[in-house]
Amino acid sequence: MKRAIRVKVNGTDYGRDVDVRSTLADFLRDDLDLTGTHVGCEHGVCGACTVLVDGAPVRSCLMLAAQADGHEVATVEGVAPSDDELHPLQEAFWAKHGLQCGYCTPGIIMSARAFLEESPTPTDGEIREMLSGHLCRCTGYHFIVEAIAEAARAMAARRKP
Amino acid sequence: MKPAPFEYLAASSAAEAIEALERFGDEAKVLAGGQSLIPMMALRLARPSALVDINRCGDLEGLTETGVTLTVGALARQRDLERWARPRSPLFREVLAAVAHAPIRNRGTVVGNLVHADPASELPALLLCLDGEVTARRTAGERVVPAHELYLAPLTTALASAELATQARFTLPPDGAGWGFAEVARRHGDFALVGCIAVLALDGAGIVSHARLGFFGVGGTPVRGTAGEALLLGREPTAGRCVEAAKAAAAALSPDGDIHASAGYRKIVSATLAERVLAAAVGRCGKAA
Repeated sequence: MKRAIRVKVNGTDYGRDVDVRSTLADFLRDDLDLTGTHVGCEHGVCGACTVLVDGAPVRSCLMLAAQADGHEVATVEGVAPSDDELHPLQEAFWAKHGLQCGYCTPGIIMSARAFLEESPTPTDGEIREMLSGHLCRCTGYHFIVEAIAEAARAMAARRKP
Repeated sequence: MKPAPFEYLAASSAAEAIEALERFGDEAKVLAGGQSLIPMMALRLARPSALVDINRCGDLEGLTETGVTLTVGALARQRDLERWARPRSPLFREVLAAVAHAPIRNRGTVVGNLVHADPASELPALLLCLDGEVTARRTAGERVVPAHELYLAPLTTALASAELATQARFTLPPDGAGWGFAEVARRHGDFALVGCIAVLALDGAGIVSHARLGFFGVGGTPVRGTAGEALLLGREPTAGRCVEAAKAAAAALSPDGDIHASAGYRKIVSATLAERVLAAAVGRCGKAA
């Protein structure tokens, strides 16, 4: 069963016919070739496929592509402001060795982006609670916590006049 | 594409969704937040022949507080309830923080969680402790099912497959009631192995006038610790009496064992958590819940 959808992804409008069985993650990766969104467990546990839908982080493996019709999606491909500039979160993950193998990173970056908008000056405890929704099998969560804390500081410094 | 094939209908109103549920019959499922249904379909534990998506039903949105009750529409996300609770209810806030993780709560609905009836879930136990109810609608009419009649077995409620749960109502704790919440899970946000909620209110003389003790993760359905409540009602909630009540409530439970925790472990932890949440509730009596 196919269904026609229109979705805005990272600011670009796309119209496609999708199988109703397709998840949003499948749609992003297979139909739009946006393979920055990673799929790990495909049942909502690992958090690797997290994207923003209308600004809120959601698991793209737990949403049907058909449900994204008329909505706005943001993926890791749209995080950097330009081709030669990184977002402060990406910069901090690089500087603090938060990437490690990199598989879980896109999901964490998307969650952290929404998280820092809501909590611009988070405590380590709040960062850890946010991170509890993401599995990193390199298990180096310390570096990831440091990277997010560093990004929060950098973004706060930027906001100061 | 992991799920088995299904028909998909995006309903634009509750009436259209109910009509579709009746037309598709027993094998159809309602798709709300999808945070439990889609994983079950991905693992092919669920193979509905049709999904009736209610996410575009504007008439199922909303969260209304009257001061006495809180009514939650079928499309209110767990995150909406969390935002409502932040400045108003530390009890709801603490319970919701234990429900999975923010990206799940952004999609997952309160009513969907309630009628999914996972025995390890926090919200059904909260509904039970707050004398809540769920409204179920079909073409023929509407009925209200109180929480204590809703839960029959794991993932099984008293609702029929052609009924749509349109809203849930919680009775807010009485003024000045104290509360306690605790759970043991392997990781933050994971399924609880055992969890416990208490709501207590005292009269002017310091005597317990309202007592609710609820457990989850300790059997097929959430369960009230009525044996414990009875020991506290009409009495002063001394530390010793709270321990006795916790023990009595836990003794009446018959939890199951699984690979994560034996039945015996769950029973011991139930008593410990009940003791803690009762002590916390007594300590908070007099403060707004």
